[in-house]
Amino acid sequence: MTNHWIDLRNSDCFLVIGSNPAENHPISMKWVLKAKERGAKLVVVDPRFTRTASQADLYCPLRPGTDIAFIGGMIKYILDNNLFNREYVVEYTNASFLVSPEFSFHDGLFSGYNPSTRSYNKSSWVYQLDENGVPKRDKTLSDPNCVFQLLKRHYSRYDSDTVSRITGAPKDLFLKVAETYSATSQPGKAGTIMYAMGTTQHTVGTQNVRAYAILQLLLGNVGIPGGGVNAMRGESNVQGSTDFALLFHILPGYLRYPVATDRDLATYLKNSTPTTADPDSVNYWKNFPKFFISLMKAFFGDKATAANDFCYDYLPKAGGNYSFISLFEAMYEGVIKGLFLWGQNPCVGGPNANKEAKALENLDWMVAVDLWETDTAVFWKRPGVNPADIKTEVFLLPAAASFEKEGSVSNSGRWAQWRYKAVEPPGDAKSDLEIVSLLYKAIRDKYQGSTSIKDRPILDLTWNYGSVDHPDVHLVAKEINGYDLTTHRLLPSFASLKDDGSTSCGCWIYSGWYTEEGNMAARRDDSDPSGLGLHPRWSWCWPINRRILYNRASCDVNGTPWNAQKALVQWDEERQQWITYDVPDFVFRTATGSHVRPEVSAKSPFIMRVEGLGCIFADGTADGPFPEHYEPFESPVKNMLSSQQINPVIKIWSGDMNPRAAIGSADYPLIGTTYRVTEHWQAGAMTRNLPWLAELMPEMFVEISPELAKARGLKPGELVKVVSPRGEVYAKVCITERIKALKVGGLFYELVGMPWHYGFNGFVTGGKDRSKNYAANLLTAHIGDANTMIPEYKVFLCDIRKVM
Amino acid sequence: MRAVCIDTTKCIGCRACQVACKQWNQLPAENTEFGGTYENPSKFMHDTWTRVHFREHRVNGEVQWLFAKSQCMHCTEAACISVCPSGATHRTEMGTVLIDNRRCIGCNYCAANCPFAVPRYDHKENAMKKCNFCYNRIVDGLSPACVKACPTGALQYGERRVLMLEAEKRVNNLRAAGYRDARVYGLEEMGGLGVFYVLRDRPSAYGLPDSPKVPMSAYVWGTAFKPVRALAVLGVFLGLVANRFRTRQNQPQETVRGD
Repeated sequence: MTNHWIDLRNSDCFLVIGSNPAENHPISMKWVLKAKERGAKLVVVDPRFTRTASQADLYCPLRPGTDIAFIGGMIKYILDNNLFNREYVVEYTNASFLVSPEFSFHDGLFSGYNPSTRSYNKSSWVYQLDENGVPKRDKTLSDPNCVFQLLKRHYSRYDSDTVSRITGAPKDLFLKVAETYSATSQPGKAGTIMYAMGTTQHTVGTQNVRAYAILQLLLGNVGIPGGGVNAMRGESNVQGSTDFALLFHILPGYLRYPVATDRDLATYLKNSTPTTADPDSVNYWKNFPKFFISLMKAFFGDKATAANDFCYDYLPKAGGNYSFISLFEAMYEGVIKGLFLWGQNPCVGGPNANKEAKALENLDWMVAVDLWETDTAVFWKRPGVNPADIKTEVFLLPAAASFEKEGSVSNSGRWAQWRYKAVEPPGDAKSDLEIVSLLYKAIRDKYQGSTSIKDRPILDLTWNYGSVDHPDVHLVAKEINGYDLTTHRLLPSFASLKDDGSTSCGCWIYSGWYTEEGNMAARRDDSDPSGLGLHPRWSWCWPINRRILYNRASCDVNGTPWNAQKALVQWDEERQQWITYDVPDFVFRTATGSHVRPEVSAKSPFIMRVEGLGCIFADGTADGPFPEHYEPFESPVKNMLSSQQINPVIKIWSGDMNPRAAIGSADYPLIGTTYRVTEHWQAGAMTRNLPWLAELMPEMFVEISPELAKARGLKPGELVKVVSPRGEVYAKVCITERIKALKVGGLFYELVGMPWHYGFNGFVTGGKDRSKNYAANLLTAHIGDANTMIPEYKVFLCDIRKVM
Repeated sequence: MRAVCIDTTKCIGCRACQVACKQWNQLPAENTEFGGTYENPSKFMHDTWTRVHFREHRVNGEVQWLFAKSQCMHCTEAACISVCPSGATHRTEMGTVLIDNRRCIGCNYCAANCPFAVPRYDHKENAMKKCNFCYNRIVDGLSPACVKACPTGALQYGERRVLMLEAEKRVNNLRAAGYRDARVYGLEEMGGLGVFYVLRDRPSAYGLPDSPKVPMSAYVWGTAFKPVRALAVLGVFLGLVANRFRTRQNQPQETVRGD
């Protein structure tokens, strides 16, 4: 989240798209409803009429996988009707930047596309530079090569009729959404976008989020209270897990992971540190070397020295993509032989769960670390297989639950909140930290005495957390915060980090959370001086306790808040200083303490961007500087905007156990989508095993419209099979007015929706017949986003068959 | 008098109240099935004291999905108290309606006379069971478990007069916003409900009776015959054996332990 949960109450209009907060983030609705009491509007755009939609002022359906067409249409509406915040767009975004005349877009492809590699050469996706190497700008926004004009041209095709034909959203409702939401561009008004996995789990997931960002920048909704682009994370600590790099392509603190061509430290730092000739840009990532070298000091301590490139050579260099699908493809091919599953249940949660389970059969060993015996832990006795045929050796390690261990949880709003142990874990269950530490000890012992250079990373790793058997979580937290290695004192913040090896820091964005003054995440002072719900002394929030990111943009160029009643920061002309309620996200004073006039920071309100500005045009993604609509991997229709049916840069996996339904397939005429319900949690292990939750949602079901039920002769509660080219799943019929056929390209297409919590093991599995598998992901495919490779769970083709 | 106000316009149907009720009162889970809607368990049971109704309507082409928690309404004119032959069902000093398990003889008269069909027979204990308004919490100054768990503030606990003023204000706002059928449900009904509602629509749209009534039999039993009621208890006992036999057949036998 650019903002945070409580800040939702400051909004004037909510665009809920690709999310279902009432069911999956119920607490958020407390703040949404508070805003509604003030007169805020709740707009819900979703294929299904959800429990969130039940609270909406305006509900609009759309076909799964067509968000870009929908938001693109809104962008066109805003540009056509001159509804954007001009000062914001001109001063705080790159709309005025001139782009290379080499840049072009034709029939769904941007310039530089190479069909044989399915990738782009981005050499034309660049700015025109002046003689000093600074990007050229046209603040009148009229130059045909300026970002604003390119944006206008790009979305000129997204007229409301076309949007309606693609998305299935009725034209009048679409226009009503566009009108209602674009009203937030008025100074003093705030609109927020609440999104989740309905946005990201698509082959165009990253570009869906980009489309939201562009919309918010045009409306001046980034950096203000009640605004922002707000990812509601799917688990209580997913924010924390990504902050600490539970991802394959980054190091802790979102530091770029080295690849094979980064042959030494100097090359890696050069390739990772953005530079600019623009003297106005803060370009905060210029500090990358300080963050990285301090991280290496945390990893390897005294062993990391300037002479040995701070042990840079110890890091394995990435040679490919190690995302979820890639890993399971590699297991399927027999490349990967061992697997640790840490709180994961891929036989339920993985896309194309049949292939996942098959891939596990090729492993020599598998360890499941979990609170429960998950479906995956017993994949070797899943329905339809003979356990004797499966040779994989399986271990189950009992883990401690959140209330059985001490530590922090970072919520979607980036607040790290300390938690205490309430009870001891049962039996042999241990905390993740204890398990990792014991594992470390056992592995290190195996390498003890080795003189081989390849074993040095393991032997040289620092592991100073007190007892190896019972590590002290506070020492871990302090290592994350970082030390001044000369004074051995905890650092006050990442501003103190050095690139000469004199500081250590386990995750630069968390520096400042555990200082000499104590554990900031454990703070519980709920005072709120701003009255905006910032609660600056409650827990701690990265970076440096800043509650709303990009908050310079909450004021105009002169430092006057767009909304005087909701000031985060404010320039006091008389006193020549900033009044700050939130931690400023800009250079507001000099090293000597004198305050910097607002015109200066107005030139770089987005300090993490090399341009210093919000990016309407951005070269960071693999699939284009502007979001473009492509059809999902499986779709009933041809792309109505170009001859590129699907995202042209996504990786297509082999058809082995991954067949694909043809466009408009007669065998699979229904559009399928999956989702979560309030009563269950993710792959279900934590809720299907709790009778009180199981009684609320005891069985797998499939939601269909009354019309489809009539056409197929289906009754409420009847058991059916839902089939896709990849599998079949049993479910009970839920006939509901909340699902409606969508009119796409002039024809009606029926939608079916299924929760994905069920499986084949546990107190309840999803049906009374325990010999069946009730996992919705038996139907989904191995196909992912072009940038993140997050699987396209949210849309596929399927059919419903009666069970005789 | 203590009361709970259920503002259905803030209810998101999450059913945290249902779970909190089971947890605080340590009620075992039911062995349920998916019957075609989200609503589950499908009816009150001796181990299920509160349920959220899910009701779908299509009005002028637009879908409405309405949620309303239901439980014992803790009526002011409580038919269950009037008809209780053993005095087990009584009004507490907090103004709520409570069944004293030790005195309950399981005669089912409260169930037969409840306009909301709330009390249920527990054959294991030969006693009637229903929401007890978390008596053991409210006497210690805590809110009922369901209110405590509600994430949106749809459930509010407090002094009835105060809550009612807020509710009426809310209804006025809803009417001004165009909901012509908006109302407080429980202001007058059954002499005033201890658990009352803010509704956007007519009660039946939420699965609530439009005009709940005290049955005439209960009225007669509770007022006119009061002086001779003690004598009548004897007669009730005589009818009990047959009655227990009947109710046993009517109650589901299987439950699943929740612990």
